[in-house]
Order: sequence, then C-alpha cells, then structure tokens
Amino acid sequence: MAREAARVEHRGSGGATRRLRGVRGRAPVPAGELDRVIHERVRLGIVSALAVTETMSFNELKKLLRATDGNLSVHARKLEEAQYVSCTKRFDGRVPRTEYRLTALGRRSLERYLDHMEALIRATRAR
Amino acid sequence: MRSVRPLAHRTEEPLELQAKALDQLRYIRRTIEDAGSFTSVPGWGQVVIGLTALLAAWIAARQRTETAWLVTWLVESALALTISAWSMARKARAAGLPLFSGPARKFALSFSLPLAAGAVLTWVFQSRGIVAVLPGMWLLMFGTAVATGGAFSVSIVPVMGFCFMVLGAAAFLSPAAWGNLWMALGFGLVMIGFGLLIARRHGG
Repeated sequence: MAREAARVEHRGSGGATRRLRGVRGRAPVPAGELDRVIHERVRLGIVSALAVTETMSFNELKKLLRATDGNLSVHARKLEEAQYVSCTKRFDGRVPRTEYRLTALGRRSLERYLDHMEALIRATRAR
Repeated sequence: MRSVRPLAHRTEEPLELQAKALDQLRYIRRTIEDAGSFTSVPGWGQVVIGLTALLAAWIAARQRTETAWLVTWLVESALALTISAWSMARKARAAGLPLFSGPARKFALSFSLPLAAGAVLTWVFQSRGIVAVLPGMWLLMFGTAVATGGAFSVSIVPVMGFCFMVLGAAAFLSPAAWGNLWMALGFGLVMIGFGLLIARRHGG
C-alpha cells in the first residue's frame, strides 16, 4: 500500500506557519489532521500489535499492553467503531475467545500516523 | 492546505512536539517488538518438523546398530534446526520484524542453553555406551529449552515444553525398546499438534 506523504502546516506557539515536508520525498499530499482515534496510547498499542500479528485475543492484548479488562474493552470498542479493527467471538470448547484483527483501514491509518510523526520530527529538527 | 491540530490542545514548543512524536514512535516500536513474541515461534515450521520426526522414528526403528540409530536422529535434529531457523526467519520477514528483536533474542538464548547441555550429555552417554537413555534425555532437555524460552513467548509455548518434559520422564520409566515410540510421540505428534495450534492462533 502506498504511504501518503505528509505536507502539512502546523501553527506553533509563535503563530508562524511551518511546512512539514513529505516523508520519503514523495509528492506532497495533504495529510489532514492528527488521527485522534489512534493517538491515544492503548489504542495505538492495539493497532501496532495487530500490525505484526494476524490476530490477537483479548487476553493476549491485555497482557501485552498491561491494560485492565475495562480499559482495553473501551479502547478496543472505539477502534471497532472507527472500523480500524474487526472483532470475532467464538468458543474454544467452553471458553469464550474474543479475537481482534487489523482492517485495511486500520493499517492505512497507522501508516499515515507514522508518516505524521516522522514529518513532525523532521520539521522540528529542520527548524 | 489544511492545518494540523497540535498534539495537545494547547499550543506547544517545537521541541516538546518533537519529544512527543519520538515518544510515540518509540512506543510503537516497543509494542511491535513485544508483540513479536507472539509471532516468533513458527507453527507451520513445527508441523513440518513433526512430520520429519515421524519419518525419522520409522527409519530409526529399522536400524540394526546403535550408531546408525544415533546418526538417524542426529540427522533429524540438524534438519529440524534448519527448518526451524528458516521458518522463523520467514515468519519474521512476513511480519516485517527483525529476526533478532528483543523477545526473539531472549528466546534464542534461553532455548539454546538447555539444547547445548543436551548435546554434551549425548556425547557423554554415547561414549559410555548408555544409548538407551537418550530418547528420555532428549525429550527432557528439549522440553526444558522450550519451557524456558517460552517464558518470553505466548503461554502455549511453555505448556508445550512441559508436555515434552513429562514425556521425557515417562520415557525414562519405560522399557528402552519404546524409545522410538516416545520420540515419535514427542517430536512427531506433540510437535504437530502444538504447531497447528500456534499456526492457527498466532499468525502462522
């Protein structure tokens, strides 16, 4: 999937407009606003973990992110609502198992978020 | 051209912004590395190793000398290590992770030490003609390697290690002639069973 290059404007404390040049030198494309859905730590953790694993269960994510049941559940639901992750529920024998998988939209959003962070770092370093 | 909202609601200094962005990137990297423990053990690779072990048990059972029997299993162990290394590298590449990320490095170290001890014991027992205890010792040492290495992986991996350890202990208590059966059961069927579970639940 092609990664979008970021060329965004950010108004800093001085009010001066700075341009964040595109990542990997591609044609500049407006990156839009910071993705608040995955900017939150637990949600960013869920999306990052699922980016390298096909599926992960609720308990695996809970252990990995050191989150509580309630906290993970709330954040996972927000990601589901944004259609960044899909959730399937099934039974392993008598034990219920909830599994999460990253959607194509979720993967694009993570890549765009990474681009955004890289662009911010470049812009502040170049200053 | 659109405006980007700053990372926090209030306006921030560039250095503060940069520090936050770096922190987020570090967090993503750490999470990906930790999640790598869920992907580093190759389930399908284990299934293939299990199949070769079943074949090796069949061949070993037909050997007439202890040396030929031992060579059969040593060839199988070399083959298993090759398949394991290849499938781990393939799985790491598919996940876009370095082969020796943090958890994988810890796994490799914890896994290799009991195996090295097993290699030394194999040489000692073989040189003293105590070949009959080798199946039990191999299963026990491999189980220990998997259980200790598995501490850095998903919970199913140490469980597999304990299964091998139990089989090793059982092999010591049974007649020496059952050695190939225990090997086929452990390195063949148990390996295939857990391999399928890992492949299904942990992405290949």
